[in-house]
Amino acid sequence: MIASASSECSAAVTAGAVERRLAPSEIDVSCRGPLLLLFVSGLSWLVLGLLLALISSIKLHAPAFLADVPWLTFGRLRPAAMNAILYGFASQTAIGVSLWMMCRLGRTRLLFHTPLFLATALWNSGVLLGLLGILSGGSTGFEWLEMPRFVSPILFLAYALIGSCALVTFYVRAERSIYVSQWYLVAALFWFPWIYSAANMLLVFFPVRGVVQSIVNAWFTNNFLGLWLAPIGLGSIYYFIPKLSGRPLYSAQLAAFGFWTLALFTNWTGLTKLVGGPVPAWITSASIAANFLLVIPLLCAAINWHLTLRGLYWKAKSDATLRYIVFGAASYLAASVISILLGFREISGVTHLTFVEAAQVQLALFGFIAMALFGSLLYIIPRITQREWPSARTARLHFRCSVAGIILIFLSLAAGGILQGFGINNPSAPFLDVMKSTIPFIGISTLGQLLLVAGQMALLWDFVVLLREYAAPLRKTTLGWVMNSEIGKGEARS
Amino acid sequence: MTNGPLLFLGIFATLASSFWGLVLVPQLQLGGQEQVTNSATFGLYPQPRSGSAKQGAEIYRSLGCVECHSQQVRGLGNDMARDWGLRETVAQDYLGDYPVLLGSQRIGPDLANIGARQTNALTLLHHLFNPKLSAPGSIMPPYRFLFEEKRLKEDEKPSPEALVISTDQTRSEVLPRPEATALVDYLLSLRADAPLYEAPFLKPSTNAIGAVSTNTVEAGSTNAVATSNATPAAPLTVPPK
Repeated sequence: MIASASSECSAAVTAGAVERRLAPSEIDVSCRGPLLLLFVSGLSWLVLGLLLALISSIKLHAPAFLADVPWLTFGRLRPAAMNAILYGFASQTAIGVSLWMMCRLGRTRLLFHTPLFLATALWNSGVLLGLLGILSGGSTGFEWLEMPRFVSPILFLAYALIGSCALVTFYVRAERSIYVSQWYLVAALFWFPWIYSAANMLLVFFPVRGVVQSIVNAWFTNNFLGLWLAPIGLGSIYYFIPKLSGRPLYSAQLAAFGFWTLALFTNWTGLTKLVGGPVPAWITSASIAANFLLVIPLLCAAINWHLTLRGLYWKAKSDATLRYIVFGAASYLAASVISILLGFREISGVTHLTFVEAAQVQLALFGFIAMALFGSLLYIIPRITQREWPSARTARLHFRCSVAGIILIFLSLAAGGILQGFGINNPSAPFLDVMKSTIPFIGISTLGQLLLVAGQMALLWDFVVLLREYAAPLRKTTLGWVMNSEIGKGEARS
Repeated sequence: MTNGPLLFLGIFATLASSFWGLVLVPQLQLGGQEQVTNSATFGLYPQPRSGSAKQGAEIYRSLGCVECHSQQVRGLGNDMARDWGLRETVAQDYLGDYPVLLGSQRIGPDLANIGARQTNALTLLHHLFNPKLSAPGSIMPPYRFLFEEKRLKEDEKPSPEALVISTDQTRSEVLPRPEATALVDYLLSLRADAPLYEAPFLKPSTNAIGAVSTNTVEAGSTNAVATSNATPAAPLTVPPK
């Protein structure tokens, strides 16, 4: 929006209305209800998902822990945790953040409160049913699509409602010029229903035969992260870096080039996940080539962000949101570099099917996407409720716990995974010995999980306190109104 | 960039390109695969699974075994030297599977050829009941909920399929539930060991997978049970098959 400041006047004209331009605070307030619901449910799923992930992590070094409860067996806990985090937290929070950015950048109010409330309720009940389905053994067996088959239509319907609201908000925008963040948001909002419906159709409802299932599944998981969650994370980074540093984005051309190369190459990288697997070699080769080409958009983003922030990094010390955004941006760059490296056959020969790949996903999911979303929440929530965060200490604690947790999880899984990869490739090392040697690292990653979940609990607690404070006058008036009317009734009777 | 329709067209085209290239073209290439003649047995390959093994595949999916066990022998790395298979697995091997569970993590050993490595159902049952009996220090969770413990009446003989029989005053036996039997039938059916045109054996086939294996579960031995504290004072009687 900063880049487009010059065209604001013309925008007011094209909007065809003589009405005065909306103040940011009016836009924020118009987002209040639906966004608060999206955010509070998102954070609750995050805490639940991380707790499930913590139990599953403990199970890796203490296999007998809760072993007699079929609902909590490792093979069900892990997909349940991932689904809670991906669908419950990341997707839902990302949707909320995109709605807000769409309104702010387009200078429009958020309309459609009723459909949004309905859709959010539907989405959350879908996630709940999906998790119960996985834990009770109804998993489809496809990675990140484990929720039983009756759930995906629910989620799709809920998304169709929310996505249309977001796209209509974009369409009726008063500010006609389109900023970088909006490219990413529009793209993500359009890509998600395509990949989600196509994958469900081809895997669950009208399943294709044989390994084509694995191919479609790899295409889906890659795109879920790369074309749905990542673009929204990038959108918020491109939004907040110029906004909070107070300096316009270094180059819109560079951003455009980065966007289109990212859009094209990310699409094609999915099948590096099947390297060495039972699929035709050309498929993995094409993905490996695309994966390497991701260097181009990566450099574009890194240069653009750095030149925008150059000399202004100190602002991150006092500005909490910028701190999260800068950490998220750094994690994005790191996770992408690692993903590019893991694409080379010489490296994937060791790292494929080990904890290293899990470490990369954790870094991308928490270090980049979740941190960018947290930064956005920190900025958005006080503005839509018009209340300060109750405790600056909790906010600092949340940042520290999250950063420490993410770094611990990433480093320990990566180190354990490298050990695992070399061990498995050495045929004279018994398999069990190899796995036992990774256990200390798994222990450290469990510690990281513990820190991560503690931080999120602190954030959720703070958010609930804020909501209670926010709701207190409301409760008082409602209560007062009820009591007054009671008195009124009594008087009337007497 | 202010041109909305152009933006939308580009967004559409980029995903369409990968949907075409990575989903539709592979389906065109592989979707029409049929069974082929197994040059070793002259039967069709792959054979459909038995009813019980099919049910076992459902148990395997439902319990999320894929979270730790892959089912693919890669051309990459050193899988064949580990005796996980005589050849790479190829698309043909998975023709009858739904869902295809290649796996993305090897916390446990690869199972693409578990049925060739381990042909004894009882050993697999023991491993499911308590992995530490057959593989001390195993990090696999015990699946005791797939079994039931049954008190034996006086003079009642233990069932032939009993896993662990305790002969002390409590007199009880551990029986596999149908889920466990089905799961084991499925595991026994997992073998990608037909020589195929696109995947010939790279090692001499005299060195059968089951014969020499460095990392499979050894048959549950009575010693292991006696020293285990999971089933105190429970002498293991291996019933005749």
